[in-house]
Amino acid sequence: MSSSWPLWEVFVRGKRGLNHVHVGSLHAPDAEMAVRNARDVYTRRNEGVSIWVVPAAAITASSPDEKDPFFEPSGDKVYRHPTFYEIPEDVPHL
Amino acid sequence: MDLEAQFERTVAAEQRVEPRDWMPDGYRKTLIRQIAQHAHSEIIGMQPEGNWISRAPSLRRKAILLAKVQDEAGHGLYLYAATETLGADRGELTEKLISGRQKYSSIFNYPTLSYADVGVIGWLVDGAAICNQVPLCRTSYGPYARAMIRICKEESFHQRQGYELLLTMMSGTDAQRAMVQESVNRWWWPSLMMFGPPDAESSNTEQSMKWRIKRNTNDELRQKFVDMTVPQARKLGVTLPDPELKWNPERGHHDFGQPDWDEFWQVVGGNGPTNKQRVEHRRKAHEDGEWVRAAAAAHAAKHTAREGVA
Repeated sequence: MSSSWPLWEVFVRGKRGLNHVHVGSLHAPDAEMAVRNARDVYTRRNEGVSIWVVPAAAITASSPDEKDPFFEPSGDKVYRHPTFYEIPEDVPHL
Repeated sequence: MDLEAQFERTVAAEQRVEPRDWMPDGYRKTLIRQIAQHAHSEIIGMQPEGNWISRAPSLRRKAILLAKVQDEAGHGLYLYAATETLGADRGELTEKLISGRQKYSSIFNYPTLSYADVGVIGWLVDGAAICNQVPLCRTSYGPYARAMIRICKEESFHQRQGYELLLTMMSGTDAQRAMVQESVNRWWWPSLMMFGPPDAESSNTEQSMKWRIKRNTNDELRQKFVDMTVPQARKLGVTLPDPELKWNPERGHHDFGQPDWDEFWQVVGGNGPTNKQRVEHRRKAHEDGEWVRAAAAAHAAKHTAREGVA
């Protein structure tokens, strides 16, 4: 049964210069088969130039239940954004 | 705020629900049922067209048909992967399919009797599927919506290859044109049934609309499909087999007749022309593939053991 094979998360780089992006998952007995299956399932139409597969069990994720407090520290730091600063209009190149 | 209210707020705000978010049990169950049924439909849907791969009339048509059937397998896999983000087990879903405990679209219980059926399936069956699926690209569950976006992109190829095939046949001999018309006659009503029973009899629609799993009612989508298809049929030069089909200027839509809903329920209940054959074929393919799965697992285990030593 396929579900006795581990689950792999699949990431595809669409073209050179872009990040690998998560596209989905699949089951495969080992990493090599996971890459081959990912090619057939997720890149049938030139969607990628590079594939990463990662055992789903190896991923640690932040918890959705605490997403507000977890990301809260960046919420009140408006001075991290360039638009926080007022600069006279006649100052060039800034 | 309690979890349920937060969920309701996310859905109402047109935001997506993601795998690890809290969700009501009913939402999870409805999604698993709907996505699994959809995945099964893609996998069973490989059979009627696969039937013509070895008899396609040219190498070009054979390559196209192979690519299309391979896409259906891919679509099934995207969707099974989406069910697994909800905690379903793919192996269990396959068991449920081959033991008849989960269903697939009733359309795949009709046989493909002529090569024109390959074109008509692409045009009408995939056309109806696109009508159903485009709104699902905005469904509230993130992994399902993302799978649907990929699927819809690929379905467009399916529909266009079918229509092109039919245009080619319609520019051929009288016998070829008759073959197309005969095929349209057989597939028209089952295609309309693909949208499910009339709204008044559809038990799941209301809650699914509220959860934004479903975005349009069955009857809305059926109307849209008929309106889209009529001008395509005219251009093709075929007659849609419905004497009640005509433009209604007041409504701005076509009026049309109702499919035979008794037949629909018969097919859903397992008594369609090919129900037994389809499930039996899937069961056999699954069982015949067991040694491949076992060999791959044994190979992986041997590898892991060797790497462990080194």
